[in-house]
Amino acid sequence: MANLYSGRRRRNVMWTVLSYAATFFGLSWLVLILAALLGNGVGGLSLDVFTKMTAPPGVVGGLLNSIVGSLIVTAIGLVVAAPLGILAGTYLAEYGHHARLAVVIRFVNDILLSAPSIVIGLFVYQLCVVPFGHFSGLAGSIALAIIAVPIVVRTTEDMLNLVPNTLREAASALGMPRSLVIRQVAYRAVRTGLVTGILLAVARMTGETAPLIFTALGNSLFTADPRGPMSSLPLIIYEFARSPYPEQQKLAWTGALLVTLAVLGLSIVARVLSSTSSADKQN
Amino acid sequence: MTATAIEAMERSASRPASRSQALGRLKFADSGFRALTQISAALVLALLLGVALSLFLGSWPAFSHFGFGFFISDAWSPPKEHFGAAAAIYGTLVTSAIAMLIGVPVGLGIAVFLTELCHPALRRPIGVAIELLAGIPSIIYGIWGVYYFKPVMQGYVEPFLIGVFGPLPGIGALFGGPPLGYGVLTAGLVLAVMILPFVTAVSRDVFETVPTVLKEAAYGVGATTFEVVGGIVFPYTRVGVIGGIMLALGRALGETMAVTFVIGNATKISSSILAQGTTISAMIANQFADADPGLFTSSLLALGFILFIITFIVLALARWMLAALEVKAGR
Repeated sequence: MANLYSGRRRRNVMWTVLSYAATFFGLSWLVLILAALLGNGVGGLSLDVFTKMTAPPGVVGGLLNSIVGSLIVTAIGLVVAAPLGILAGTYLAEYGHHARLAVVIRFVNDILLSAPSIVIGLFVYQLCVVPFGHFSGLAGSIALAIIAVPIVVRTTEDMLNLVPNTLREAASALGMPRSLVIRQVAYRAVRTGLVTGILLAVARMTGETAPLIFTALGNSLFTADPRGPMSSLPLIIYEFARSPYPEQQKLAWTGALLVTLAVLGLSIVARVLSSTSSADKQN
Repeated sequence: MTATAIEAMERSASRPASRSQALGRLKFADSGFRALTQISAALVLALLLGVALSLFLGSWPAFSHFGFGFFISDAWSPPKEHFGAAAAIYGTLVTSAIAMLIGVPVGLGIAVFLTELCHPALRRPIGVAIELLAGIPSIIYGIWGVYYFKPVMQGYVEPFLIGVFGPLPGIGALFGGPPLGYGVLTAGLVLAVMILPFVTAVSRDVFETVPTVLKEAAYGVGATTFEVVGGIVFPYTRVGVIGGIMLALGRALGETMAVTFVIGNATKISSSILAQGTTISAMIANQFADADPGLFTSSLLALGFILFIITFIVLALARWMLAALEVKAGR
């Protein structure tokens, strides 16, 4: 009897220790990666980074063209993805429900949510680069938009499902048509939720590299014209991190720090927003 | 609200519109909005079909030229225009297998810690920290992998593995060759860290669907924490956990940038997991921008098509399993 108990206790202690170890293991990666980013990236932060273009080795350069490129490509992607995603999510939550089309679209959206981004890049290459005969920032934006849409669709649907039906019924009882109920009552009730979804989508777009390699391609010159090839931070990290020149490697780390800060900052803001909005609902 | 909307419309009309006209316009706007949402939703469906169709069309020249041999040949020679997918498919499967072998147990361990062991006050911060790990872009894993992880692998881990397992018959072949740092094992380990948060997030969520009554009943008859986890939580959530693992597998199979940095990009199949290799996504990322149009580009598109089909099947299974658990939890 005593043996049985001690054996069970031993097993329990062993698994508990392993479970703690797993958590320690997981957290230590986060610490190691962030420490490496800060250690290598902070030193390179200077005014040059934000005022000079990427330069060939030997010349003092910055990341201005990449930062501007990233902002433009992401912004265009967002302008395409946000309305499309919100409308599609609205259909799923407000009109579709359990209709066959809605069920299929929900499933497809979930697949797109984790589809390999490089495959999306190939698709956009076929769609927007081959017909026009040249790479362009616009093609990169479309690739990023395709990656962002499923995220916005998913959060929009989830958020709209949180709106109490009594609210919709009350509005309908006043004679509001369905579209006005959705736009003026449901959207307003979940405004922060919708913003959260968009922020998460921007965070995802900011760090994406693979689909940009053969759509936006990269550009060592400053350009604000998305019709031509365009640089972006992830692309320049990809290029400079493999460069043999220390000054380019340093810029790669600085770029990596900027991207990570942007992505993590956006996700933290999104998280804070969503937790305050759910706290509002409980009160 | 309607009254104001009608008034607004009346005001905007050049001549005073009758009530029925305004209502008609409202009705038109209403069905217009509905149609707009429906079109947007259908566009999501069209996207997936478009991806499948365009990749298939693009890869048709390669498939028709090489036939079934494309899948089993590991030749990859742009000058000779001879291409085969075997090396890339092999690398994709092996790196993902290594990632799952390490990422899944650790991810499950963290999920158990978060749901059963952790102090409630720490639950949220630790959960958020693990989710941040998922938020770090894959290119960051790549640059970190090259500058920090690869030297450690080359200097310590790989010589150790060669020393311990190298002389053994059978397993020794897996650990043959010099410690290069770049290679299949390094890529697999970086992938393991990347998929870990996905395993944790999904399994934590499904662990929370276990009715407290069931766990309390088990504790009530004197079960230890891990008898509860092994006897109640895991069996109850099995389908959901497997769904989460498949979701992570889908990520691992398609992961590109981190792998491209550390795998070495050698188009060959070797028995050793320390050797350099490649994956489908790494090959596309490396070669696509410089590929000549024609058979070369088409072969890379064919690789993309294969990756798309593999991940589609894995992700569809994952969603189906998670949906099955939701139905169960809903009852």
